Amino acid sequence: MKARIIVTLKESVLDPQGQAIEGALAALGFAGVASVRQGKIIDIELNDPADAQARLEAMCEKLLANTVIEDYRVEMVSENR
Amino acid sequence: MKSAVILFPGTNRERDMVAALRKVTDAEPIIVWHAETALPDGLDLIVLPGGFSYGDYLRAGAISAHSPIMRDMVRRARAGVPVLGVCNGFQALCEAGLLPGALMRNASLKFVCREVKLEVINARTAFTHLYRPGQVIRCPVAHHDGNYFADATTLDRLDAENRIVLRYAQGTNPNGSQRDIAGIINDAGNILGMMPHPEDLTEPLHGGTDGLALFLSIATAMQEKAA
Repeated sequence: MKARIIVTLKESVLDPQGQAIEGALAALGFAGVASVRQGKIIDIELNDPADAQARLEAMCEKLLANTVIEDYRVEMVSENR
Repeated sequence: MKSAVILFPGTNRERDMVAALRKVTDAEPIIVWHAETALPDGLDLIVLPGGFSYGDYLRAGAISAHSPIMRDMVRRARAGVPVLGVCNGFQALCEAGLLPGALMRNASLKFVCREVKLEVINARTAFTHLYRPGQVIRCPVAHHDGNYFADATTLDRLDAENRIVLRYAQGTNPNGSQRDIAGIINDAGNILGMMPHPEDLTEPLHGGTDGLALFLSIATAMQEKAA
């Protein structure tokens, strides 16, 4: 089974890369962008679906995200699309 | 002083660190590869040097913080063995949970490689006791992820407990670090993490020796402990 982990900086943490992207969008003439936050996506394929959610969350807590500065979200990816 | 310098794939400042350690001790520093599972016995100091372990993949220091050698490193650190983490080493100590907070991308988004001024805030640690409190020293920095972040509660606690050991002196903060933090120590006082590179200002050919007192501080603290 497949899962997608989305890691983003916490709302309370300044995101200079997001701000730089926001500035570049404005420079390109894209109006109406209120804010940009960036993050990363980690796709994981598990051999065994048992306890997938709990195992993936443990992976996030231990390695994939640094919870001092980042939030994470685990999404199960449907196989039949 | 028996010291070990841990080498990860991508570490590149271990030789500078070994050269600095040789100036303060006759015992040859031991370089330990990250895939080892045990550090040598009887260490007086463990050093995590600078570099780009694992290419800074995922987050700087995140992968090295879980290397095989780190299990024994964390055990020794918790048992009180002095640990110095410089630059990538500081990042790894935070990622390993031995120091609070995290080191984020520099606020400028640029790699900074230059000299800064550091103020010695706490000169009563094993790492800084040969400096004067409030002394301002020169020190090089070279990093992309040195922007120290912790929540307000943690920062207040670090301040209150005098655990902010080094700050960038006014106007020289190169990375947007909160409260101008350049180096912090754990509550037990045996683990120091710092972004600047004191090992690179330890002999006249470097252009100065302001960093030498940090290494002399550790060596004399270890001698006093042994005596």
